[in-house]
Amino acid sequence: MMTLKVNGREHQVDAEADTPLLYVLRDDLKLNAAKFGCGLGQCGSCTVIVDGQAVLSCVTPMVLLEGKQVTTLEGLGTIAEPAPIQRAFMEEQAAQCGYCIPGMMMRAQALLQKNSKPTDEQIRAELEPHLCRCGTHMRILRAVHRAARLMDTADASTTAKGSAR
Amino acid sequence: MNGPMMLDRRRVLAGSGALIVSFSLSSALAQQHDAPATAAPNPPGSLKTSPYLDAWIRIDANGAIEVFTGKAELGQGFKTAFQQIAAEELDVAFESLKVTTADTRLTANEGYTAGSNSMKDSGTAIQNAAAQVRALLIAEAARRLDQPEADLRTENGAVIAPDGKRLSYGELVAADMLHVQAQPSSKLKDPATFKLVGQPVPRVDIPAKVTGGAAYVQDMRLPGMVHARVVRPPSYGAQLTECDAAAVEKMPGVVKVVRDSNFLAVVAEKEIQSIKAMNALAAAAKWKETASLPKQDDLPNVLTGLPSQNTTIFERGDPAATGVKTIEAIYTRPYQAHGSIGPSCAVAQFIDGEMTVWTHTQGVYPDRQGIAEMLRLPPASVRLIHVEGSGCYGHNGADDAAADAALIARALPGRPVRVQWTREQEHAWEPFGPAMVTKLKASLDGNGRIVDWNFDVWSNTHSMRPGGAGSLLAAQHMTQPFAVPAPKPLPLPEGGGDRNAIPFYSFANARVVHHFIPAMPVRISAMRALGAYHNVFSIESFMDELAALAGADPVEFRLRHLDDRRGRDVIERAAQAFGWKADQKSAQDRGYGFAFARYKNLAAYCAIASEVEVNRETGRPRLVRAVAAVDSGQVVNPDGLVNQIEGAIVQSMSWTLYESVTFDDTRITSIDWQTYPILRFNAVPDSIEVHIINRPGQPFLGSGETGQGPAAASISNAIANATGKRLRNLQLTRKRIKEAIDA
Repeated sequence: MMTLKVNGREHQVDAEADTPLLYVLRDDLKLNAAKFGCGLGQCGSCTVIVDGQAVLSCVTPMVLLEGKQVTTLEGLGTIAEPAPIQRAFMEEQAAQCGYCIPGMMMRAQALLQKNSKPTDEQIRAELEPHLCRCGTHMRILRAVHRAARLMDTADASTTAKGSAR
Repeated sequence: MNGPMMLDRRRVLAGSGALIVSFSLSSALAQQHDAPATAAPNPPGSLKTSPYLDAWIRIDANGAIEVFTGKAELGQGFKTAFQQIAAEELDVAFESLKVTTADTRLTANEGYTAGSNSMKDSGTAIQNAAAQVRALLIAEAARRLDQPEADLRTENGAVIAPDGKRLSYGELVAADMLHVQAQPSSKLKDPATFKLVGQPVPRVDIPAKVTGGAAYVQDMRLPGMVHARVVRPPSYGAQLTECDAAAVEKMPGVVKVVRDSNFLAVVAEKEIQSIKAMNALAAAAKWKETASLPKQDDLPNVLTGLPSQNTTIFERGDPAATGVKTIEAIYTRPYQAHGSIGPSCAVAQFIDGEMTVWTHTQGVYPDRQGIAEMLRLPPASVRLIHVEGSGCYGHNGADDAAADAALIARALPGRPVRVQWTREQEHAWEPFGPAMVTKLKASLDGNGRIVDWNFDVWSNTHSMRPGGAGSLLAAQHMTQPFAVPAPKPLPLPEGGGDRNAIPFYSFANARVVHHFIPAMPVRISAMRALGAYHNVFSIESFMDELAALAGADPVEFRLRHLDDRRGRDVIERAAQAFGWKADQKSAQDRGYGFAFARYKNLAAYCAIASEVEVNRETGRPRLVRAVAAVDSGQVVNPDGLVNQIEGAIVQSMSWTLYESVTFDDTRITSIDWQTYPILRFNAVPDSIEVHIINRPGQPFLGSGETGQGPAAASISNAIANATGKRLRNLQLTRKRIKEAIDA
């Protein structure tokens, strides 16, 4: 048994040391957002955040996650209370099939946590590991820019209320 | 009532000029779907094949409304568009109804969700069914209130009388009221009064998709579900000669190894256990392979050298028109992959002789037929339920994964079995978009008009979808295998390899020959736009070659040969929005390109202007910006339409610049994203603009595949404009561009 911290909660999971995080998230913890796309670290669909860094969960073995904080898209917000990045993707209608989108959002979220006002070039460079087959790229870029603006506003309002998501 | 009787009745009514109280014929606003007087009147869209109104719309006593479509949501967003259409014609709030998609137990059989036909088939059926249901509810209210129908109106799910008395749809609807056949025409709303149709209503599926909700078949978790992986042969036709599975069966969590001749799979309690067992099983399996693949380097000659059935599909002659200058050219396209980001997946459960399969197939009914045949079960004992998968863009591994799941589930009665393909399996085993060759020859007269046009296209079929079990890999690999069915060319006017092969322009002399190649050395099937992608690429590239020969501007040259008003409108709109000028000069190492097509020559119109940058040192091209104009008839959801065209341009750019399936003499060698590279963010354009020409009240023309051909040709023409060199062999790699520049 291993202890895994996901979205602020500790879970006891029965997983081998070499099991990629993706399967524990999906199979043991029943989380949907991180997607299986290639299992090879080539497409980005499985991206989650580990201690603030965007990580490809399909090639990250459990042994590397002891004591670390894992955040998945589910940990950011809900339909009723979406996080800024989620609101931004809804408002820009930045999806067709949407399968690649959660991975894109997690890497964008990690970027925006480090750099609240990225340039278009920085966003494009950051999203380089991610593939989208529907051709939704223009909307994804717009959504990340919108998320940066929303997070700015959210920061201001949550600071005022003294709470932060 | 039989057909001829309806014909007679309709003709009598239409000709009498009398006031007939019949909602189907009484309205001046009725949208006549141009049925000629001699044809039997059919209700529009898929109401032709599923005429009962309650196949499309059901209302319960509480007023809850459910709308049914036999089409599958693939990420195009039409579930939202259908909801808009139904709510509009029923006069109810958008949120008050629910749309249920393809399910062999619940919905109409609408065949495949393909060909940009969903709006035309299902959207039209729902629109007319909703209008007719509303009319029935008004008629019932008129009866109960003893008031003329004309005095009643509908609003927010109720019929309202002049005195304010309100009867809700739930109160009005009686047991079998909607179990009636659709009338040939409907009293549709005046488009000027639309409140929902034409609005960019946000997609209903996006909130779950961006918050981790269960949105895909991959996300299904049924009680007691087990995880299966298939071990596919290493190549087409490989025979399993040896497989000692004893050690695999003892691995942790392994429930069963399923072997049925060349079909090999393993089932485990947990997904990671199934992966480890699959790897062990693959290592234990010995296969006898046959070198059966053609020479990739010589593919065009291989294809044109295969036996073909040649059909002249278009011929027009005017001996008076003769040319003075003639050019010819050959264009080629490689095999290309759908390349879904999520490999195919399905869940199946076999209980008491009844098989249920949850699948992202594009055709629940045809796939059910194939799976039932494979399992030797009556189709009524097999239920297929569509659940979204990753975008498919045509016939990918979806149907095969569904068959895999069914075959494995039969071996484990009672337990739900989830089959997940690997990335390598999806890349190696999906049926590819067929390679194609086109040969063009045309002549200009002294005035720079095309007077003679010859177009030959060589291609396989563009659909090997089920139907029969023989289309499914599992059925091909099992003991007593099902043979791959004989391929057939898809009939015109939509066509397959010859889709969009007939020019939409007016030429005095023209001849188009379809060389249909039955032999399929590589597994192929339908990929977004079918033959239209390459045919439009060829025609529109050659139009630019001819414009250059005529010394004409490419946009003006197209208009010179085009009579169709709506076609001219999209060309003019795209050119104007792009800032296209006849005497334009691009910046150093940049070029402008233009292309146009009417998809299938009968659906949506699309023109695209692009600006491309080419690095002369490396040959690397980049689409800088694209401006499209599209006319898809009556627009239902403009943002959905823009999204489809944006996506088509980006995806077609990726096909056109980067993509080709690779193989040696035995195996497919493009088996992941390293060996089959596609567009990444570094090549995403600076901007894409899509301009819609809305046609209120006109039929829905669809949009999903409209942009593929024009985008490819527009980009290719821009590369030719930037480099002064014409590339005719897809894909337009930087190596090929560099070699052309240096030549």
